[in-house]
Amino acid sequence: MTTSTIKPRSPEELRQAVEWALNDGTTLDVRGQGSKIAFGKPMACDQVLDLSGLSGVVDYAPEELVVTLRAGTPISEVEALLAQRNQMLAFEPPDLGPLLGQEAGQGTLVGAVMGNLAGPRRLSAGAARDHLLGFSGVNGRGESFKSGGKVMKNVTGYDLSKLLAGSWGTLAVLDQVSVKVLPAPDQTRTLLLLGLDDAAAVRAMCAALGSPHDISGAAHLPGKTALRIEGVAPSVEARLKALRELLIDLDAGMEELGTLESRAFWREVRDVAPLKVASGSVVWKISCPPTEGPAIVARIKALRPSAEAFYDWSGGLIWLALPPSADADHTIVRGAIGAKGGHATLIRASEAVRAAVPVFQPQPAALAALAVRVKESFDPKRLFNPGRMG
Amino acid sequence: MQMPPLDPAILARRSEIVAALRAIVPGEGVIDDLEGMRPYECDALSAYRQMPLVVVLPETVAQVSTILSYCQDNKVKVVPRGAGTSLSGGSMPVGDAILLGLGKFNRVLEIDYANRCARVQPGVTNLGISKAVEHEGFYYAPDPSSQIACSIGGNVAENSGGVHCLKYGLTTNNLLGIELVLMTGEVVRLGGKHLDSEGYDLLGVMTGSEGLLGVVTEVTVRLLRKPTTARAVLLGFPTEAGAADCVAAVIASGIIPGGMEMMDKEAVKCAEAYVGAGYPLDAEGLLIVELDGPPVEVDYLVERVAEIARGRGATTVRVSNDEQERVLFWAGRKAAFPAVGQITPDYMCLDGSVPRGRLVEVLAEMREMSKKHRLRVVNVFHAGDGNLHPLILFDANDADELHRAEEFGADILRLCVRVGGVLTGEHGVGIEKRDLMGVQFTEIDLDQQMRLKCAFDPDHLLNPGKVFPQLRRCAELGRVVVHHNKMPFPDIPRF
Repeated sequence: MTTSTIKPRSPEELRQAVEWALNDGTTLDVRGQGSKIAFGKPMACDQVLDLSGLSGVVDYAPEELVVTLRAGTPISEVEALLAQRNQMLAFEPPDLGPLLGQEAGQGTLVGAVMGNLAGPRRLSAGAARDHLLGFSGVNGRGESFKSGGKVMKNVTGYDLSKLLAGSWGTLAVLDQVSVKVLPAPDQTRTLLLLGLDDAAAVRAMCAALGSPHDISGAAHLPGKTALRIEGVAPSVEARLKALRELLIDLDAGMEELGTLESRAFWREVRDVAPLKVASGSVVWKISCPPTEGPAIVARIKALRPSAEAFYDWSGGLIWLALPPSADADHTIVRGAIGAKGGHATLIRASEAVRAAVPVFQPQPAALAALAVRVKESFDPKRLFNPGRMG
Repeated sequence: MQMPPLDPAILARRSEIVAALRAIVPGEGVIDDLEGMRPYECDALSAYRQMPLVVVLPETVAQVSTILSYCQDNKVKVVPRGAGTSLSGGSMPVGDAILLGLGKFNRVLEIDYANRCARVQPGVTNLGISKAVEHEGFYYAPDPSSQIACSIGGNVAENSGGVHCLKYGLTTNNLLGIELVLMTGEVVRLGGKHLDSEGYDLLGVMTGSEGLLGVVTEVTVRLLRKPTTARAVLLGFPTEAGAADCVAAVIASGIIPGGMEMMDKEAVKCAEAYVGAGYPLDAEGLLIVELDGPPVEVDYLVERVAEIARGRGATTVRVSNDEQERVLFWAGRKAAFPAVGQITPDYMCLDGSVPRGRLVEVLAEMREMSKKHRLRVVNVFHAGDGNLHPLILFDANDADELHRAEEFGADILRLCVRVGGVLTGEHGVGIEKRDLMGVQFTEIDLDQQMRLKCAFDPDHLLNPGKVFPQLRRCAELGRVVVHHNKMPFPDIPRF
């Protein structure tokens, strides 16, 4: 059971706290605001290491496309700052709070980076991993170290930013990050195709993505397939027209969403709002080759007819809700992925279920052993979020 | 350039090692005669060379796996090599190490247009991928200037860039998966045709790891649909500051061009004399800005860029009107290195990155250094992402000039770090910048990176002498000193 909280006020205090924990044999539950604490394997840490005392934007130069900030800075604060200069976090980090049983609008940017989160624009702009330029932090030896930098192009030394993004706080505790930002589009519009089944929808989305029309979002909800086009007004207009022509043979009904409607629609897709989640339902996130999506969902539905699903990333991301069960149906879900590759992560389930089943996709032995050695190279005494990634 | 001392015990076992390799790779796949090994004695950083112990050119993943596990068991070092086009000595051979060439892995295995990716062997050239898919209107985005020769496996090792990085990213942003052979001979797959990792992002770590962590035997890259149009704008400014301001203003206005290159007056002069691209010889700073996308967007943005440039005092504003003119605008920039080669016996190409806002100051300081070291410097760079390529002109036959050029280069890279930049933007550390790593990183930073290497290669057998100024033994790096209960709780809020 977590007994108390340490809240450092400076990078040096953070380092001291970790050094103390190392010497004391104390494990640390590392968190910003704890908005995603209901995700991952349940942990039994001795202390909470609260990073919210390390907060604020250190440096923001819009013309450099870089923002540097402390680890505890709320994501809402960063997004508001960028919006003033018409810029954005292009990886569109989702707000998973409501899905994980918390209020909306919480969380830190570093928390999103630690989960390597990404929204619909993952397709064209990449995930958090692609936007973390550099960081400083403390390893499990109580040493302050840094990697990367504040520049766009940098191949000096190993790219530890990629490794830290998606490590769920298990490798090092960050105190500061530099993140790439991009101009926000002038206009956002959406073409809706109505009435397509899953297979036809994924074919349409893949065709659209394979066109030169720069699609920045491709999601298929039951009965509704959405393609997002962003940019300067004349370009958006021309591409939307060309896209309609490209997809005319589908014989599907077409509708359009304007900029404001589009923003609301894609925010919902980003935050997994379209998924029908009954209380107690488990939620899975499946990453797969886009064309495999419908077959995976069909295999699951054959065994679990009440499964709910929708697709993002042109079919390459499946959000899946299943009725409550003791094992979250993990063998069914992972068995459905098949030989073409992909992985399933259990995003939402009760603590007991998450304790009982692998939250992250199990890896082949050689890879799993390598991952353990990588973990130990940063955190040899397993102080940080022990067991969270299984 | 100091390389690690050769291990006499390994040298003494050479014939035994050659025999073992011949048992793994039959026929001409093992080269041990001096004449045959000569083409492998250096990479594109040709000032430094060394003959390898023996060259082996496997053809199958099973052979690569057996070679590496043999090397692990026998503690034999291995230098992996793609096409040998590294500008930082990343694939320079080492005298007591096997040179493992992946050149025979040259097949495109699968093209999957629906999922917009291609699965290829590591020896396929960067341009070869784009060529294989261009008839369907697709391409592979990263375009290092050596793209006609460099291999995709080498691109993964170096995280190669190119002129279109600002908009389309580096290699790391365009990779979906790799197959990797570990030093133990274990074959693992990272990623595939899907996005993101199920665990730690080891694909991200492998990209740019300069051959120190494992050997890549298959690569899955993301394919993009070619933009329908591209137009280039040629902008001449009476001052370098004007050109640099224009770069910042374009980006601040929300435009991310496909490419945005800058050349200084000297570079413009050389390029113009060499290819006659029609560059304005009176400009102190020249920009080439390329916009790509649908015609209506490109036309619109070209106008906006021209307007911004005029507002910043551009004395030349020319927009390409057809494909021929666009290619001509680029011809001078693309030929800039050989053009500079016309006016000097040798040149050294550097590769620092700096925050764009510091460009002008860095250029001015570089000129001061040029006086101090009594060597000329010509500047060509990827202005959009602050990646500099200063060319230092010298004569390698003059030992003193070579020495001064090395000193000048090191001073420039130190300057890059001092203004908040980094030692290398896209060429890699290799042996070239190895000894400067301490300028950018502390000992703790480097130890952490070395510990990661230990997780992959505990005996430091892969690509020795590269990247790290001094490799510390893994056993020593792995030790954790814990002072049980001897430390009082620091003065930090606790509740």
